[in-house]
Parts: sequence; C-alpha cells; structure tokens
Amino acid sequence: MNPFILVVGGGKVGANLSRELLANDFEVVVIEQNPRKHAALEKEFEQAAIMGDGTEVSVLEKAGIARADYVIAVTGDDEDNIIISQLATEKYGVKNIIARVNNPSNQQTFDMLGVRPTVSSVRTILSMVEHRLPHQRLLSLLSFEEENIQVVEVILSENSVGVGKKLRDLPLPQGILLVLILREHESVIPHGDIDLRPEDHLIIVTEEGREDEVCDLIARDRDEQS
Amino acid sequence: MRILIVGCGRVGSSLATLYDKSGHEVNVVDEDEDAVHRLEPEFHGGFFKGVGLDVGVLREAGTEGADVCLVATDGDNTNLVVAQIAREQFHVPCVVVRVFDPNRAKFFEARGLRVVCPVALTADLMHQAVSDFRGEDIE
Repeated sequence: MNPFILVVGGGKVGANLSRELLANDFEVVVIEQNPRKHAALEKEFEQAAIMGDGTEVSVLEKAGIARADYVIAVTGDDEDNIIISQLATEKYGVKNIIARVNNPSNQQTFDMLGVRPTVSSVRTILSMVEHRLPHQRLLSLLSFEEENIQVVEVILSENSVGVGKKLRDLPLPQGILLVLILREHESVIPHGDIDLRPEDHLIIVTEEGREDEVCDLIARDRDEQS
Repeated sequence: MRILIVGCGRVGSSLATLYDKSGHEVNVVDEDEDAVHRLEPEFHGGFFKGVGLDVGVLREAGTEGADVCLVATDGDNTNLVVAQIAREQFHVPCVVVRVFDPNRAKFFEARGLRVVCPVALTADLMHQAVSDFRGEDIE
C-alpha cells in the first residue's frame, strides 16, 4: 500500500506539494478552508481535496488523519500549523510531521513546544543569501536538531586570531571539528600543516550552542578581548 | 496580583476593567490599537499593541513575572499557542484560555491547560434552564 500523506493547507505550497507527492505515487489528501481555493483543488485532485478548517477534529478525521503516515502542516498561519502538529502527534499518534514556519520569529515557539521538524522558506533563503554575501563571520549552515549537532561556516579576516596559524597549533577542543576549508573557490581538506589565511571559509561541525566559542577561538579579531 | 490579558475584545476588556478597579496591576495586549477604546478612560494599566504570538510583545507586557495570564483573542489556535507560551516559556502559574471549539478545548484541557469553552458552557446552561423549568433532569 502506498504511504498516505495528509497535507493541511491548500495554498501555493500545499497545492504544489500535493501534486508532486501524487506524481511520486503517494496517497494524498489535502485540506483547505477557503472555498475558492478548495474549488480549484477539487478540480485537480477530486475527492482528495477536502474543504474545512484543518484544525478541527471532525475535518481531520474525515480526511483520515488516524491512518496518516505523514501530516504536513503548511497553512499560512503559524498558530494553525502548531495546533495541527500537536493534534496529529499527540491525539492521533501520527509518527511523522512537518510544520511550516511562515514568520521566522515564531521559530522559537515551534522549538519550545517540540513541534519539529520545521521548514521555513524565509530562513532558507536568508541563509543562502548570507552564504553568498556574508557580512558576518559566522553563518549557520545546517542544524541536526535531534542529534544536537550543527554545521557552521566561519569566515576569517586579516585580523582573525587564527590567521597565520597552522592547524595543529589551533586550540580546538573536543566537540568542535574543522571538516573543510573553502579557499578561493577550492576546497582544501584540513590537516596539521595547513595554515589559515584571510578570507578562508571554514566549515565546522560542532555541538549545538558552541558556535560562539568556535568563533572566539578562530575568528575573533586579535585586538578584541576574548 | 500582576495580570496579563491577551485579546482586548468584549471579554478581555471586561476582565481588564474588573481587575483594574479592584487594584490589580493589569497589562493588555491586542493586535488592533483601536481596541484600547474598549477600556474605560480611567483604566490605570498598560496597553500593548501586538500579536499574542510575538514573544517580544509578551515579554514587554510583563508576561515574565505575571501571576495570571488570561487569553481571549478571537482565534482558538492563537489562544492555545499563547497560553502554552505563557505556561511553558514564561512559567506563569495561572493561565486561563478561551477556546470556542469544544473538541480542541477538551484535548488541551487534558494536557493541563485551564480552558473555558463558551460553547460547551452555553449548551450546559441552556440544558440546565430547560431542566429547571420542567422541574426534572432531562437526558
């Protein structure tokens, strides 16, 4: 039997997602409360498009939430996405959810309430822009929330304390691992004999919450107090 | 007591007036700045414009350190998320939240929120009124 995905929210994201999922042989039901949007969805997805408020128990049950392998909450309202996710996991025992974060400043609320994983297109775009046009010396590239690990990019300037040092002389403690150096559009595999240069981009794997420590050890300005 | 009220509609503004008159320290949050006119001119407390989901506004309005947080915006889901923020993040000892939908009310009540569901209450009261009139409990 094909896995069953319940998509809540039939706007641009929900509609495109449902189409792609169907094309990949998933069973899909999409819930949308706006009558106009629902009519368009119904034309395309027929009985797989359900009209109603996706935070209402009766609507979720009609859509078959109890047998859903995945619930994906992609409405335009963060509070709705949080409640949908909480109902799915805690009331119906759905194993897999994804919640969309519309306003990145609400991310901390999703995290605090244990609603994860989340997807935020704004945050994704922002991090791409920062990667291309960095104006800060520390960028967060990737976060493995469950594993408590993150990948960061540290950009060195002429004044960074790490510049000119060989890697073997860098005081990197346990839990902080330099995995790659991006130097003039080439990647350099780190080893002890390599010395750090200005404009090096260091890709570092670290435990969650230690990024400032990383920055302080390598990228702090020489004349800045530790 | 320090009381925070999120949502300054009929219910929120009545509660704000009530507690303000009896000398409590009241702050009110509403996304519509015109909602301030629902409060009486002699209201002593603070009014903060902002959405309840905005943790910054909640902090500014003194959620941290509040004794009581009453949540009554017109959105059930907004109310439920704000109530959880007040409880989990700001550790407000007494959080009371209005939820119209009886199903969501029941579910979140079971998870430990103090929920007031006007729909369920009204149905109960109307049923009680009929029973009282008939002088017997009707099932």
